[in-house]
Amino acid sequence: MEEKKNKSVIDKFWDLLASVQLAIIIFALIALTSIIGTILEQRADEARNLQVLAKLFGESVAPALYTVFNKLGFMDMYHSWWFITLLILFSVNLIICSLDRLPKVWKLTTEPMAPSPEEKLRKFLITREIVIKGPAATVRDTVTDALKQIGFKSQEVTEEKGFQFFSQKGPYSRLGVFITHFSILIILCGAIIGLRFGFKGYVNVPEGTATNLAFADRGTRNIPLGFEVRCDNFDVEFYGMSDMPKEYKSWLTVIKDGREVLKKSIAVNDPLTYEGITFYQSSYGFMNEYMDRGIFLFRLVSANGQSSDVQLRPGDSFQIQGSNISGKILNFSPALRIDEHGHAFTYANQMNNPAVLIDFSESGTRTLTGWILKRHPETWQLPNGDRVEFLDYWGVEFTGLQVRKDPGVWIVYFGCIAMSIGLFIAFFMSHRKIWVKLIEEKNSTKILVGATANKNRAAFERKIDTLLSLLGRKEKGEK
Amino acid sequence: MDSSALFGISTMAYILAMIMYMTYLAFRKEQIGITATVITIAGLAAQTLAIILRWKEFADLSGMGLLRSVPLTNLYESLIFFVWCLILGYLLIEFRFKNRSFGAFVTPIAGIALAFIDLSGVSKEIQPLVPALKSNWLLAHVTMSFIAYAAFSISFSTGLMYLIVTTEKKREPSYIFWTLTFGIFMIVMIAMAIDLFSFKVAVKPDIFIKSYLFKTTFLNSSPAVKLLSWIVSCVILFLVWQFGSLLKKVIQKVNIDAEMLDEITYKSIAVGFPIFTLGGLIFGAIWADQAWGVYWSWDPKETWSLITWFIYAFYLHGRMIRGWRGKKVAIVSVIGFMAVIFTYLGVNLLLSGLHAYGSQ
Repeated sequence: MEEKKNKSVIDKFWDLLASVQLAIIIFALIALTSIIGTILEQRADEARNLQVLAKLFGESVAPALYTVFNKLGFMDMYHSWWFITLLILFSVNLIICSLDRLPKVWKLTTEPMAPSPEEKLRKFLITREIVIKGPAATVRDTVTDALKQIGFKSQEVTEEKGFQFFSQKGPYSRLGVFITHFSILIILCGAIIGLRFGFKGYVNVPEGTATNLAFADRGTRNIPLGFEVRCDNFDVEFYGMSDMPKEYKSWLTVIKDGREVLKKSIAVNDPLTYEGITFYQSSYGFMNEYMDRGIFLFRLVSANGQSSDVQLRPGDSFQIQGSNISGKILNFSPALRIDEHGHAFTYANQMNNPAVLIDFSESGTRTLTGWILKRHPETWQLPNGDRVEFLDYWGVEFTGLQVRKDPGVWIVYFGCIAMSIGLFIAFFMSHRKIWVKLIEEKNSTKILVGATANKNRAAFERKIDTLLSLLGRKEKGEK
Repeated sequence: MDSSALFGISTMAYILAMIMYMTYLAFRKEQIGITATVITIAGLAAQTLAIILRWKEFADLSGMGLLRSVPLTNLYESLIFFVWCLILGYLLIEFRFKNRSFGAFVTPIAGIALAFIDLSGVSKEIQPLVPALKSNWLLAHVTMSFIAYAAFSISFSTGLMYLIVTTEKKREPSYIFWTLTFGIFMIVMIAMAIDLFSFKVAVKPDIFIKSYLFKTTFLNSSPAVKLLSWIVSCVILFLVWQFGSLLKKVIQKVNIDAEMLDEITYKSIAVGFPIFTLGGLIFGAIWADQAWGVYWSWDPKETWSLITWFIYAFYLHGRMIRGWRGKKVAIVSVIGFMAVIFTYLGVNLLLSGLHAYGSQ
């Protein structure tokens, strides 16, 4: 950086784009702007964010602030032109800095090791010196053994007054950082491919019906699937009597050109994929407008023990066999609750507490009207000893499916794997080099050790100390 | 003995250890230091057993097998696991660097986390799992995230200590930065201690209050108390700023040099960052892809994880620039941990989104 003062404009621009300084400025900008994006709800109603702004800055300035933030694209900031520009700048910085540094690092990685002269050896960051009795020729084996024990296979050269050993480990670990950087670009590419050639949508499929299209998350576009998906059944299980779902499942059938080609039950964390389009279980609910198609399964048990199973629709009437009681289904509620005045009302649009309202008659005269709740068997009992057991219902629920096609997801996953490997190499491996020079003196041999490590020098130093203690011990043993 | 009794024992042990480590730092008596370490190890043992027991209790209750019944499904369990990782990480450093004085800076984080459990009114019950959490990814994603959080907490402590040791002048920005951070940390601790004392010991209110946090101080119903709390806070901040150099002297006496602090800060981040990237971001993305059908949806939790990731990336790259090494990157490591706290707690408590499991 201090080499030449009069660099051309292009060189300066290149240096800027390759600089770590630019990288950390971009990091800071992405981090800071993203904070705003988490406080303002993205793609939300205007009223919601006005409320957020009013809470933070006061009612009076909220509308003006909203206008400013809206103009700047903060209401959908991750898709705004400036955020995308930041991401592009981030990528450009990554590419240029890699191109800028790779040749130098590649040279360091592939360069063969060479013996080192004594004065250079003494200048390394890690240096040690030890004197062992005996001529260099005998000490030689001790040294190669010790080097092997700390995991270095060494090359050897014969020198004027002795020998020199040198060895390196993990030169390719220098490339870890490039793998990491490159993996980010791969992930971004995968994301772009997904955005360009895929879609995200949703569709609600009522039980017993099929659909051949989904609705895009953004906008009102209809997406043709190219095949049909039918929901054969939907079921939700709750924890005890609570409204907390334990599991919900849909039984789906894929129909292509009029033929059933695939059947699978899906649940949260367990989607179905067909022709690159994946269906995720995401929600469920009750469809008021489908009420008339609903089928309720009852078991009618008379006081004297006769029992029969019937399937009924709203408005249908039934007669309990072996009894003079008859009934007519008047109404259905997916989630019934009784308020303090004794009025029944529906408190949710999901099958939390399904109930049917039945009008009962005894020998043709109306006697009572009451709710029968699926979750509460005590409501099944009639005053005369007959029972109406509410066993099941079908056809009034819909399953909410996320529909997604993302041809880029495998590229993203590949990038993720590359990133994991790259980070592992970059942080947990290092390029270590060691030189050991044997200089024969009168009755002994001087051993000079010089070493370098591009990362985690302290750990390597401990290793070198192990080497020295191995040499020292050998000497004592031989005496 | 059941898990909650053991958790109680470990909490007491950690709080006692925190006091011992602080006393050790002040008086430098070897015995006190050894006692602190022994208490910490005992606390860790009790907590380990408690986690294993709770895991088993959860597995028995849910009938889903051990792999899917990791006790890491709500705020309470995650805080417990975070403290466990933090203490384990701290003990490793204590043995590795043969230096006890970091204890006085790391154990308070554990203390605050444990006090937070009691004060914020988070449910300690074993809760049934919502369908989205029933996945094998839970174990990998959550444990790795918290191991990384614990590593980042350690880098916060040592980063802060680095700033304490290296700053000279009172008007220096890094001095003002560390005294401010340290002061806020102290204020939060004191306020929580008052809360704990007033609600758990002195008065036991009959009415159920969802969260006791700061109810005796900053969130008190009386405006006078509120005002007083703020005034006292400002006084504390001023005092820390005025007498910060005393702390420097204390630390310097127990033979910690700046280089060692810098090394531990870097190493904790060098361990935390890859684990966070893999376990937090990548595994999280794969799981989200399976459960929600999108690997990245700019949900507040995801975005804050990314913000945290960028701050630590900033730290790692900042070290490569001449003039940034040292104080400037130490500040970044402290800010990084603030982002971690927000990613972990702030998002759950303040922002809405898909990751709402932790807020109950």
